[in-house]
Amino acid sequence: MNNSQFNTRRSILYVDGVTVDFDGFKALNGLSFIAVPNTIQAIVGPNGAGKTTFMDVVTGRTRPTQGRVIFKESIDLSRYDETAIVGLGIARKFQRPSIFPEHDVLKNLELAVFKRKDILNSFFFRKKNLNNKLLGDVANKIGLGSVINEKAGSLSHGQKQWLEIGMLLAQECEVLMLDEPVAGMTDEETKKTSSLLRDISKERTLIVIEHDIDFVDSLKCPVTVLNEGSVLAVGSMKELKKNKSVIDVYLGR
Amino acid sequence: MLNIGEDMNKFAKLLVIIFMFLNINNDSFAQNIDELLAALPSAKFSEKEVLVSKLGDLKTETSIKVLKSLEKGTLYFLRSSKKVIYADKTEEGYILTDILTSEIIGKVKKKKIKRISLNNKLRKFTRTIIAKSSLLSQKPHIRIHSAKVIFGSRSVELLPIINEALKKETNDKVKKQIEMTQARLWLLTEDKKLQEQSLDYFSNNTDPKVQSVINEFIQNLDTEKNDSNLLIYNKAISVVKKIESDIKFFKLIENLFFGLSLGSILFLASVGLAITFGVMGVINLAHGEMIMIGAYTTYVTQLAFPNLIEYSLMISLPFAFIVAGLVGIIIERGVIRYLYGRPLETLLATFGISLILQQLVRSIFSPINRPVITPNWMSGMFEIHPALSLSYGRLYIIIFSITVFVALLAILSKTHVGIQIRAVMQNRSMARAMGIKTGWIDSMTFGLGSGIAGIAGVALSQITNVGPNLGQNYIIDCFMVVVFGGVGNLWGTLTGAFLIGIGNKFLEPFSGAVLAKIITLIFVILFIQKRPRGMFALKGRASEINQ
Amino acid sequence: MMRSNFLSNLLKGDLRVKIFIYLLIFAGVIVPLLNLYTPEDNFLHLTDYHVALFGKYLTYGLLALSLDLIWGYCGILSLGHGAFFALGGYCMGMHLMREIGVRGVYGDPILPDFMVFLNWSELPLAWYGFDHLGYALFMVIFVPAFLAFVFGWFAFKSRVTGVYFSIITQAMTFALMLAFFQNNLGFGGNNGLTDFKDIMGFSLQDTTTKIFLFCSSVVALGLGFIVSNKFIKSHAGIVTTAVRDQEDRVRFLGYRVEYYKLSAFVVSAALAGVAGALYVPQVGIINPGEFAPLKSIEVVVWVALGGRGTLYGAIIGGILVNLAKSFFTVNFPEIWLFFLGGLFVLVTIFLPRGVIGLFADLIKYFKSKKLKTNE
Repeated sequence: MNNSQFNTRRSILYVDGVTVDFDGFKALNGLSFIAVPNTIQAIVGPNGAGKTTFMDVVTGRTRPTQGRVIFKESIDLSRYDETAIVGLGIARKFQRPSIFPEHDVLKNLELAVFKRKDILNSFFFRKKNLNNKLLGDVANKIGLGSVINEKAGSLSHGQKQWLEIGMLLAQECEVLMLDEPVAGMTDEETKKTSSLLRDISKERTLIVIEHDIDFVDSLKCPVTVLNEGSVLAVGSMKELKKNKSVIDVYLGR
Repeated sequence: MLNIGEDMNKFAKLLVIIFMFLNINNDSFAQNIDELLAALPSAKFSEKEVLVSKLGDLKTETSIKVLKSLEKGTLYFLRSSKKVIYADKTEEGYILTDILTSEIIGKVKKKKIKRISLNNKLRKFTRTIIAKSSLLSQKPHIRIHSAKVIFGSRSVELLPIINEALKKETNDKVKKQIEMTQARLWLLTEDKKLQEQSLDYFSNNTDPKVQSVINEFIQNLDTEKNDSNLLIYNKAISVVKKIESDIKFFKLIENLFFGLSLGSILFLASVGLAITFGVMGVINLAHGEMIMIGAYTTYVTQLAFPNLIEYSLMISLPFAFIVAGLVGIIIERGVIRYLYGRPLETLLATFGISLILQQLVRSIFSPINRPVITPNWMSGMFEIHPALSLSYGRLYIIIFSITVFVALLAILSKTHVGIQIRAVMQNRSMARAMGIKTGWIDSMTFGLGSGIAGIAGVALSQITNVGPNLGQNYIIDCFMVVVFGGVGNLWGTLTGAFLIGIGNKFLEPFSGAVLAKIITLIFVILFIQKRPRGMFALKGRASEINQ
Repeated sequence: MMRSNFLSNLLKGDLRVKIFIYLLIFAGVIVPLLNLYTPEDNFLHLTDYHVALFGKYLTYGLLALSLDLIWGYCGILSLGHGAFFALGGYCMGMHLMREIGVRGVYGDPILPDFMVFLNWSELPLAWYGFDHLGYALFMVIFVPAFLAFVFGWFAFKSRVTGVYFSIITQAMTFALMLAFFQNNLGFGGNNGLTDFKDIMGFSLQDTTTKIFLFCSSVVALGLGFIVSNKFIKSHAGIVTTAVRDQEDRVRFLGYRVEYYKLSAFVVSAALAGVAGALYVPQVGIINPGEFAPLKSIEVVVWVALGGRGTLYGAIIGGILVNLAKSFFTVNFPEIWLFFLGGLFVLVTIFLPRGVIGLFADLIKYFKSKKLKTNE
């Protein structure tokens, strides 16, 4: 673990020696990880390495058996459940685009942007309470400004992924966890996504799990390789491509 | 004029009587019962004593019956023929029964017959003779019965006879009963030593039947409390306490047994459902009807082979398995297959099937319950202690359910089909990728689960009423077991079933059967909140994706 | 052009809602008219029995509506809604029992007949206050809602969903059935509550009372329908529907999914309770059989047949199935259960979106034919 380069900057997310034990099977094994604000961090690794479990732990879906996750250096996330963690500022994008197909793009974003998410306020929802400017900005940022009134179900696969990213943006969360954002995208869409993410990272922290090596390369960010539940290596894509143990793990399977 | 005829009669009778008296202890010269009966109508009380004694010596069932009837006052003779008969009073007269053939001879008015009378002394004597005769009867069951009767009486005067009978007794079972009777009678004597002996005996041979006897003894003691009595009094109290604690202990064991029995039934009923749910993620609401089909198969088997009742269960088992299994496969192929991946819809569709099956049975057989006979080897109780008897039927079912469990474990781990089933249960897509025909496995699984339910039905037919609603009575319990025990694991179903069964039975004495059931339901509902996947669920994400 | 516009609108739903409300109003007016103002030998005449029967159907419609609310729109299959219906019914029944007063067989002013029969000397605590209609009406809503709240709190907080949830709702209603069958619980035991005399001073046998109850049912159903529609269209409703489709996404957008489910469940239970409360005076009896698991599952087939997720579909399904039930049980009783069972199977396999879905498909078919002929 290369801690030195992060010492001078504050961390926004600190995963501290997390182990997740499912009755003997260790999905995560003493995993430690640091994310610094307004950066992209990529996480790669073979199947079963623990990438999704990692995401589950940070977002509160799975409790760590050991270790803890610290948000903004002061908040212990293990005390909160998923909804609360979202409220604290961590958003998650799923592998399969989880948008609402029968609503239009605008509605999808509205659902995300609406601030007061408890029942009572929901019932008395008024359109004028929405932050419409934010809505517009987000829509444009994800490139769906022109199709804002189309049913989300009729969008292309790539557009659906962007819509979901847009919903995360609309939530105004500081940390976005993205699980395979370019899965199933065309090359064209992948390129667009790469520049979108780099753009977003100027104001937010992104943690991206991916398989597509070229895409990760294009993000030009630090990469963490996971294997069998713990960190195998950290570095830039270039460094890792030369790293023997990384090569073994990927080719040896 | 002297009445020579009468005198001759008397003299002759006296001769007969002396003659008989001389033969009283001559066992080899068995007196004919007819002769004795013939002598009864005109005998004086003293003569009757001798006759009673001789009748007792005969030690036959008939002679004992006669003596009993005499003591009860139902022994009469016809005035016309002097024939001795039984006479039972009814509204329209007396019904006469022949003594030797036990056939009803006719009905007469009171004036045609005369009772063979007794005085108190004779009555007591007769009782003694009856007891003595019964106790020495050829048949053990008569001896036991007699000892029991004497136990329940207060006839302390029979003690010598009891002592004698005990010396001669060889049958262990009868001996035990006579000992008990002896001890009981000792309590009625004034002899402190005998009383002590009696209490010691009962202390070592606790029996609920003795409780009231000793309590009464204690009460009688109270009235004359003095030092020598105090010792006995304390002893008696401790015996009562011991009996009570023994009763409590055995009640506990009995509850445990009932719990195991219920658990074994729940297991048999639920394991099929656990398997189908584990492999296919399908809740089959028609599962209860598979059980019902198995029960009705037993009924039909018994109808078809009325001479083979003792084997009917053996025959029914494979039949029930096949019939229920086939129905299960038909349901799977015909309905469930089309609803793959939609568990809620499957639940509804199988519910519809359950309604259809119930109505089918109602139409074919009848809406009311059908009688299913319990073979002899399944009935009866096995006594461990006077306070604890276990029924054979339930015992066999417990053993049977364990056998089924072991068989299933073997099938699932050793046979080819079993391994395929487990593969599909753990990771369907992977199994398919490895070439396993998941569609075929689904059908086989459903057939297996339904078949086992059918077998459960055979067992249930021995314990509960067989009717169209049989399935409905058990389906909710099956769900509770599956949901509680966890999916995909036979051990979970076994443990869940037995825990629920035992828990239910231990609650019952406190809360009553209905409330116990309600509490069990609530408990399972609450348990599910804590562990939504049940006790021993399959771990890991693979199985969750499966659902 | 007007025709295809109409068809398009028909597909949209808003028009269908309007049509349904008009139909309801029409029914609410015509039934009393046909009862009061047509001569008895006229084939259009509706007897008092019919008025009560249709009123009963409407309460069933409301029950179906309540189930559609949480199943069609929130994705929670409750197999125990009959329990909420029965609880509301019992609350109303208790009020009606108190109203009998000295006119009961035993003539006790306070204790209902069955309690006198059981040799009870005083009214159980649970019955206090039920002599006031206002309190009874409050309880009609409160009791089912409270049960739903407690049950739902535990279930949803523990993330019990899907088939597991459905099973434990069955267990809930089954347990209640066992309890209410007990004579010493104080609710009439296996005979239930019956022999009602009047409500608010009006005899239950009078034609006017029956018409009043019928119209109340119309109003209740209508109100329930309108309020539910408003809810569905509101933001809260959209979130609720989103929970049905993408629960995780909604949760990770920051909505407390458990509370949305709980609210829907509680409101649905309250509606079911109201339905039960209107059912009892029109039918004249409430007994523990209403808690039977079968009854709750029947409601599901009403909604499934009608078409879940449409509200009016559920109501129509409820009315249709019960019409069929009345028909079969009178004329071919043996066949009714075959029919009902078959309905379950056929609807789930062939009509996943119910009759309304079929209807919508037909409209689409005609629309496309229209477009083709226009070309």
